[in-house]
Amino acid sequence: MIREYRTIEEVAGPLMLVRQVEGVKYDELGEIELDNGEVRRCRVLEVNGRNVLVQLFDSAAGLNLSSSKVRFSGHGVELPVSPNMLGRVFNGMGEPIDDGVKLIPEKSVNINGTPINPAARYYPSEFIQTGISTIDGLNTLVRGQKLPIFSGSGLPHANLAAQIARQAKVRGTDEKFAVVFAAVGITFEEADFFISDFKKTGAIDRTVLFINLASDSAIERIATPRMALTAAEYLAFEQDMHVLVIITDITNYAEALREVSAARKEVPGRRGYPGYLYTDLATMYERAGRKQGSNGSITMIPILTMPEDDKTHPIPDLTGYITEGQIILSRDLYRKGCLPPVDVLPSLSRLKDKGIGPGKTREDHAGVMNQLFSSYARGKDAKELMVVLGEAALTPIDRLYAKFADEFEARYINQGFYENRTVEETMDLGWELLSILPKSEMKRIKPEFIEKYWPGN
Amino acid sequence: MAIEGKIVKVSGPLVIAEGMKQADMFDVVRVGKDRLIGEIIEMHGDRASIQVYEETAGLGRGDTVVSTGAPLSVELGPGLLTNIYDGIQRPLEAMKIKAGANITRGIDEPALDREKLWHFEAALGFGDKVEPGDVYGTVQETDVIQHKILVPPKTRGTIVELRSGDYKVTDRIGKIKYEDGTIDDIMLMQKWPVRVARPYSKKLPPNDPLITGQRIVDTLFPIAKGGTACIPGPFGSGKTVLQHQLAKWSDAEIVVYIGCGERGNEMTDVLLEFPELIDPKTGSSMMKRTVLIANTSDMPVAAREASIYTGITIAEYYRDMGYSVAVIADSTSRWAEALREMSGRLEEMPGEEGYPAYLTSRLAQFYERAGKVVCLGKEGRMGALSAVGAVSPQGGDISEPVSQATLRIVKVFWGLDSALAYKRHFPAVNWLNSYSLYQNRLAPWFSEHVSGDWNKKVAHCMQVLQKESELDEIVKLVGVDALSSDDRLTLEVARSVREDYLQQNSFDETDSYTQLDKQSALLDLIFLFEDKAREVVAKGADIEAVSDLPVREKIGRAKSIDYKSYKKEYSAIADEIVKALDALAVNAEI
Repeated sequence: MIREYRTIEEVAGPLMLVRQVEGVKYDELGEIELDNGEVRRCRVLEVNGRNVLVQLFDSAAGLNLSSSKVRFSGHGVELPVSPNMLGRVFNGMGEPIDDGVKLIPEKSVNINGTPINPAARYYPSEFIQTGISTIDGLNTLVRGQKLPIFSGSGLPHANLAAQIARQAKVRGTDEKFAVVFAAVGITFEEADFFISDFKKTGAIDRTVLFINLASDSAIERIATPRMALTAAEYLAFEQDMHVLVIITDITNYAEALREVSAARKEVPGRRGYPGYLYTDLATMYERAGRKQGSNGSITMIPILTMPEDDKTHPIPDLTGYITEGQIILSRDLYRKGCLPPVDVLPSLSRLKDKGIGPGKTREDHAGVMNQLFSSYARGKDAKELMVVLGEAALTPIDRLYAKFADEFEARYINQGFYENRTVEETMDLGWELLSILPKSEMKRIKPEFIEKYWPGN
Repeated sequence: MAIEGKIVKVSGPLVIAEGMKQADMFDVVRVGKDRLIGEIIEMHGDRASIQVYEETAGLGRGDTVVSTGAPLSVELGPGLLTNIYDGIQRPLEAMKIKAGANITRGIDEPALDREKLWHFEAALGFGDKVEPGDVYGTVQETDVIQHKILVPPKTRGTIVELRSGDYKVTDRIGKIKYEDGTIDDIMLMQKWPVRVARPYSKKLPPNDPLITGQRIVDTLFPIAKGGTACIPGPFGSGKTVLQHQLAKWSDAEIVVYIGCGERGNEMTDVLLEFPELIDPKTGSSMMKRTVLIANTSDMPVAAREASIYTGITIAEYYRDMGYSVAVIADSTSRWAEALREMSGRLEEMPGEEGYPAYLTSRLAQFYERAGKVVCLGKEGRMGALSAVGAVSPQGGDISEPVSQATLRIVKVFWGLDSALAYKRHFPAVNWLNSYSLYQNRLAPWFSEHVSGDWNKKVAHCMQVLQKESELDEIVKLVGVDALSSDDRLTLEVARSVREDYLQQNSFDETDSYTQLDKQSALLDLIFLFEDKAREVVAKGADIEAVSDLPVREKIGRAKSIDYKSYKKEYSAIADEIVKALDALAVNAEI
């Protein structure tokens, strides 16, 4: 039997205290019914004797302490899942908001998920070709990886994410592929950009969208990414699909979390974010991967905007400690007109080493990649020196490195959002650029590969 | 009768139960109908604050809490090696078979396989008097490790019965009569509470190195067997790769690798890779000497706090058998965050950045469990426990509390630098601010076992790098042309030290591990070039010509020459260096 309580004691910000309840459990989902029949949702944050502290997902406007009724559902926050979710649009709480037919769920799943046993994971090692040189060549993405895009306000992260969603494929396979997209507190225009891009390419039919716009409830954002991941887990691990999850923007998520934490008067960690931000983010990011007993995979690309372009801000910082690398966008390159403006040096894919090489990409991949990195780093140093002292102060070899850095930016990084390069094209371009430098500088590449691939050999 | 209480409050991993007056502090309790595992961390009257090691969703007021009457303990005995455990020593492989690919709640699975038979070879027999640390006998646990069945601490008496044979870990292998006359069974397995350090008879100052095969570590910043080290660094600077390298190649006999709040895939990587790797010392798989503790970042936070203790207790147990053990913890920052989270829920007054005030003392307690010791027992075995902890400072800024607290305790600091990592200079250990306080203590060992001039070479190496950083400042202001030929040569040599020596590719088969004699020979090559080049530059040879000599490329590739043939090939390169530079000198004189 479900009891109703009219014992709301206080409401402050996103929190509400209900007294004299019986049998309510931690993390349980509740419903508040207003005078006018409107129903809002809430979740139990703390059980203390017969009092429970709940978090409201919607605003508290219009909520009357004496006449509003609270019911508890007996279970946590759940998402009804079914294979027919593909092609549908949901709000941040997982309710359909398009005009489609009513979904008949196969079952309902708790959105918190459970940790994957590390002994039951497969190590991600299948190369995904994104068609973007800076990713394929230097920061290779593999199936089951979580690789965030660190961006800043005003940078074209949406275009990059859309390009990846459009072009990504595992070569030589024809497996079921799906996209789960979670808009977390972004503007209508940004969400619309993704949706119309998915429509244009026809990808919309194999996409599940969860939309929480900037105008929607801020606290709902805490649930939205988990809704998306629950849908992704269902599609990947029960329907054996390869799912690409794009979540944008994690910064809005963390801010919602901070709002609740502050309202609870918790001791804050850095910059007012709760001390458990790392653990909280990890319980989302770690849901990516591959596991034994299933052919599917979840590859995750969370997008976050770094406040003030500051990589040491807690949100990018803690994200970087959990995810398997990061793609960082650079304002400088964007100003120079390099698209996509991937800041190559601080970007990283931790799983690349097992996803490249013979049989996956090409035998010379690792060597060329390291050589490009160190040559570009040295070229950038040389260019810095050139700014201070003029070109004449450089040694002849450093002048070549400076030239290499310029060419590298103009041709390797700058490819535009609509060019789709195969990994071979990317590799060959790498060699072509390296040949600006003398052969003796190629210390990172094995001699036999230099012999084989050096342009003009 | 078991002590049973009722929940009154649930807040994340913290549960408060009343009716617990009879329970002891730090007793393990089972919470709710799923029998979740928890530990009492505070008592107020009859109310116990319990940290729960599993997800608490679904718990509510009135659910029962039952005390097990024992503190959080680990099972010690044959079968630990090659296993992977979670933070409270539940075997993950067995859990996978029982519950599937995800970790559901309330799984009860003993740490040591109860069914497996081990062959026990008795070393003592009827009438032998035993004291703590004596060896009842041995079990061949893996091809490479002989597991000694030890008389547990505080146990004294006379053996009444002890037989060799095939036993399960909980079978009776014999009987012992204690000094007070009671008789008890002897088993292969024993238990030990994780928060208590296992006793030893005497601690010794560490004076031999833990050889890691990592050039920058062994040459510039060595760690002693029984020493402590930390690896702070921002994300992406290669902490985990360096720790994996240490776990793979260091010459400890047993490695306990603790993945504390880190990525699931990293643990999977270790789990899949180690069985394939061959230990150069034993010729057997690396996994045969490894115990893994995995509490990944998505697993409950309270178990993360326990994982560090679980790991080090297992390590102490093998140390007590007389082995050299290395504990590698990645990352202690996540452990500190777990402390912070529990402290916040307990509404304690925070110290710096919200961390509890007892952070430093807890860290110190952990690292102090390392050391070189004389073990308990009549044999007087020596064991060593080395501890290496990664620290993940926010934003890479080591002024934060966890880094600072760690630095006050540990003796070796391998500071990772993101600027080096961006250049793909790995391991990205910054040579200017890292240090090892063991250097002087270990110097005699190196000059005796590696080469007489080892310490001179190391000192020279540091001088060159130091000088380079000074010269770099000048170059930034006035350009490289303003330097004397001698200084420009120093820059070239420093570059060679950095690129040809310190840089080490952990994914290259040969380069991943460098033997000490090869390290020494490689340094010799670089410094031979320097000495000879200084000579010819003094005679007027052009510095550009010296820097562009093709033989330098050969020095650059020397590190990846196979160990079997390096002596021959190195001496050929040395000849070529001398010849090439002599030729330049002749040209200069003309």
